[in-house]
Amino acid sequence: MILTNIAKGLIESLGSMTILFLQTIYWTLNALRGGRFSAKNLFDQMSRIGVDSLLMVAITGFSTGAVLVVQIGYQFAQMGAQSYVGGVVSLAMARELAPILTAIVVAGRVGSAIAAEIGTMKITEQIDALETMATNPVDYLVVPRFWGCTIMLFMLTIFTNVIGMIGGSIVAIYQIGLTMVAFKDSILHMLLVQDLMGGLIKATIFGAIIAIIGCYKGFTTEGGAEGVGESTTSAVVVSIMMILAVNYFLTVGINNFNTAYLQ
Amino acid sequence: MIIISNVHKRFGSKQVLKGINLKIYDGESLVILGPSGCGKSVLLKHVIGLMRPDSGQVLIDGEDITTFGQKRLDALRMRMGMLFQSAALFDSLNVEENVAFGLRRHTNLSDRAIHHIVSEKLEMVGLPGTNYLMPSELSGGMRKRVGLARAIAMEPEIILYDEPTTGLDPIMTSAIDELHLSLKERLGVTSIVVTHDLKSAYRVCDRIALHYGGQIVEIGTREEIINSPNPVVQQFIRGEAHGPMTLV
Repeated sequence: MILTNIAKGLIESLGSMTILFLQTIYWTLNALRGGRFSAKNLFDQMSRIGVDSLLMVAITGFSTGAVLVVQIGYQFAQMGAQSYVGGVVSLAMARELAPILTAIVVAGRVGSAIAAEIGTMKITEQIDALETMATNPVDYLVVPRFWGCTIMLFMLTIFTNVIGMIGGSIVAIYQIGLTMVAFKDSILHMLLVQDLMGGLIKATIFGAIIAIIGCYKGFTTEGGAEGVGESTTSAVVVSIMMILAVNYFLTVGINNFNTAYLQ
Repeated sequence: MIIISNVHKRFGSKQVLKGINLKIYDGESLVILGPSGCGKSVLLKHVIGLMRPDSGQVLIDGEDITTFGQKRLDALRMRMGMLFQSAALFDSLNVEENVAFGLRRHTNLSDRAIHHIVSEKLEMVGLPGTNYLMPSELSGGMRKRVGLARAIAMEPEIILYDEPTTGLDPIMTSAIDELHLSLKERLGVTSIVVTHDLKSAYRVCDRIALHYGGQIVEIGTREEIINSPNPVVQQFIRGEAHGPMTLV
């Protein structure tokens, strides 16, 4: 009985989130058609989502790149495979670590903020006020957050890749004893454009997931401050779980695509 | 004219509206009185289409708005304004942006013209020069007045007031009431006021309806209500804890 209720609730939530996603696409097209797309709103969100996450993403990327080189550098050196260190680190970063870690950082920072902001608007009747002024809340609130999050996760992931490589290269040169040229050559030799693109496609989809879940949790907030707190926590937990689950299927899909068309 | 006809609304196991019938004439100020939690705000939200009834009709100028799609509902809402209980100002926007919200979204007026209208409305509600304050810098009474300025910015034909004086001191209450009356006089708007503040209700009403138990138990002019033999009405206006009206 309990499991049935959980499954029912899960299906209902997934259905509602899908509807919210479709409404977001509809209102985006509508705004573009009517020339009402607010670039200012979009840039505001991009700034809040991207610029404000920059430091955390930089620390995460740098640390991951550095630790990765520490972990594999000595092992590879023992086997005489130092020339692969840069390539392996860049592949791991580009394909998996950069998109996943960036998404988790953004989910924690931005997904929670979106849920808290919209949740507070819901319980203080600001969403109702929007509607009474003939303004659709999805159009006004979700569309700029959705595109802001999607675009910025793409860009932040590029940034994480670069910072991760910088962190990795510093450890490789000063601790493992590789030269900068060897590290760079290894990256250029092993890392392909499709590896980077695969990671960026994932990041873009993770951005969409974070925005939709954050907005959905905000819109379904009930009660007072406690309700906002629950929505905020839930937005982060559900976003991270969803990102990890979707990542598996995206990885399989991207690998199959690369195997079929690019190799 | 607004006609609310046999409107029912249920939330879970709780039947909030049990066949409400009301007529609000053009230019009239109807006050809906009732104890806290009886569903007055729910009724108001039906009039502006924020909620749809389980059954019944809400007719505005002869058209049943419960059957309206989003576009028609939005067109109708452009003719209406609503003052929320908590004012519901947008936290992230300053006073000017809040009051100008509808004008910016639904008109092609220049920034200068919008600024002029906003300043005029702020002056009407007694808050000149507050254009660039944030909602967090305003007192409760100021927030309500900014909410009212926002509600009248598009010069609506119908204004809905959800507990406009709750939580305000007597002087501010009186100021809001006077504002209400002057708007009625100057703009000729139809108003529906939901409140449990009797003094305020007597000041602004043309007619009063008492909402209790999901129904309108009495409706009439101020004198008719005061002299009503209905024990529920008498208990409410005397503010007695014991009687046929039970506490929720």
